[in-house]
Amino acid sequence: MHISRGFHRRHPEEANSNRVPPGQYVTSDFPVLSAGPTPRVPLSEWSFSLRGELDEPRSWSWDEFQALPREGFAVDIHCVTTWSKLDTQWTGVSVDTLLEGVETGAEHVLVFCDGGYTTNLPLEDVTGGRAWVAFEYEGEPLEPEHGGPARLVVPHLYFWKSAKWIRGIELRSDDEPGFWESYGYHNYGDPWREQRYAGD
Amino acid sequence: MARAALRGRLTWQLGTVEDVVAETDMTASIVLRVPEWPGQRAGQHVDVRLTAEDGYQAQRSYSIASAPDEDAVVLTVERLEDGEVSSYLVGELRVGDELELRGPIGGYFVWEEAMGGPLMLIAGGSGIVPLRAMLRHRLARKSAVPVRLLYSARSHHELIYREELSGLGVEAGVDVSVTLTREQPPGWQGYDRRIDRALIAEVTWPATERPLAYICGPTSFVEAASDAMVSLGHEPRRIRTERFGPTGR
Amino acid sequence: MLDGNAIAGVLEEIFGQDMTAAAATCSGCGRSGPMAETAVYMRAPGIVVRCCHCDTVLAVVTERRATYCVDLTGIR
Repeated sequence: MHISRGFHRRHPEEANSNRVPPGQYVTSDFPVLSAGPTPRVPLSEWSFSLRGELDEPRSWSWDEFQALPREGFAVDIHCVTTWSKLDTQWTGVSVDTLLEGVETGAEHVLVFCDGGYTTNLPLEDVTGGRAWVAFEYEGEPLEPEHGGPARLVVPHLYFWKSAKWIRGIELRSDDEPGFWESYGYHNYGDPWREQRYAGD
Repeated sequence: MARAALRGRLTWQLGTVEDVVAETDMTASIVLRVPEWPGQRAGQHVDVRLTAEDGYQAQRSYSIASAPDEDAVVLTVERLEDGEVSSYLVGELRVGDELELRGPIGGYFVWEEAMGGPLMLIAGGSGIVPLRAMLRHRLARKSAVPVRLLYSARSHHELIYREELSGLGVEAGVDVSVTLTREQPPGWQGYDRRIDRALIAEVTWPATERPLAYICGPTSFVEAASDAMVSLGHEPRRIRTERFGPTGR
Repeated sequence: MLDGNAIAGVLEEIFGQDMTAAAATCSGCGRSGPMAETAVYMRAPGIVVRCCHCDTVLAVVTERRATYCVDLTGIR
């Protein structure tokens, strides 16, 4: 194998850090990754819905969503493309708040978004304080390229599960693979077990 | 041609750096000797791959700046601010080094004499590179195909191949228009704004001439230029586009 | 966002020949055009190729352990 004299990786991997999963490097940037064009939906047309296997479908307009109890939270995020960003600060509504009082036997969710992106997760991975629908980043409205007006944030899994441009959650008794999952990425995506691809 | 017929699957080859020529502050041309190079068509590119000692690899695509008629393979690379590969190629790479590449690549964004014209070449920033290969090929073939070039850059310092292009402008058959969008030198006589429909209308062949158009540069530039050409009545099928942009993650 | 020229090398590696001039028909809107004119998103966990007219996903290319996997179900 040819070695390019004098070339080395720009970002050394973090060794021995209990905050950085295996195979990741820490960045101070916030890279923008996208599988398609950035959707632009006016807030007057935005809504967030719960549908599928629940007693009653629910939906919130932007104003109604903004009126829900919100939380500020700071989390580390890990992208499957190997960058990690520590102490990212968000404001959003906990998914627990959205599911409050919902009766369901579902064990899985499929998250759906403007632009057609989807991702799937076990219901228990978006509850118990583990997930939010975030609409602010570092105190400012979330920019479209980073998923604004609102995105899912599920920091304990690879960041492709933190779906940008989220418009709702579908509760399901069967597990339906989302976009990257159906193209060979891991169905669960735990960065601490380096579950990047199916079969890892 | 025997060489073209023998071309097998795309394989990685090693080229040796014969020269590194500064073109502007941020851009340099890398002159490579690639043994058993099969020859390229004007407009094609190569993929370049860098490998660190720990096995880490990074790969990018660069247009070939030299004409098929020349011996060396020349890549003109713009050093990007956060460019992992471009800051190695323009800055670290030196004469005598080996560079891993594969190519030539691309069968759509190519021009050769037999395709005729008249040619309309529109370049934004480093998009001039593949178009320069086409111009050098046309010159080497002593082709009579008429050509107009529109080149957009931020400033005079950022014009690549400045002298070469003005030399071509003096020669019959090459009409060069330049727009400098951010700053202009004293006494500047060219355009001074981002391309728009009116500017394109002024410098482009009328649609009745049915030019063959090649547009290359950043995505937003290419789309603005292409939309303008179509709105002026040019046939979409005679417009070929190549969008440049960072691909590192 | 770039265009199909940006993945010309990857496609040639997969298909054994240049694909930029090859025509693809979109399964969404039915329009045809060369692969070079598709909208390509490369800054992602994989390469996503979309129709430049209607954004329908034409193809997705992922790479794992130096092996490419390509899904072309968006091309009619």
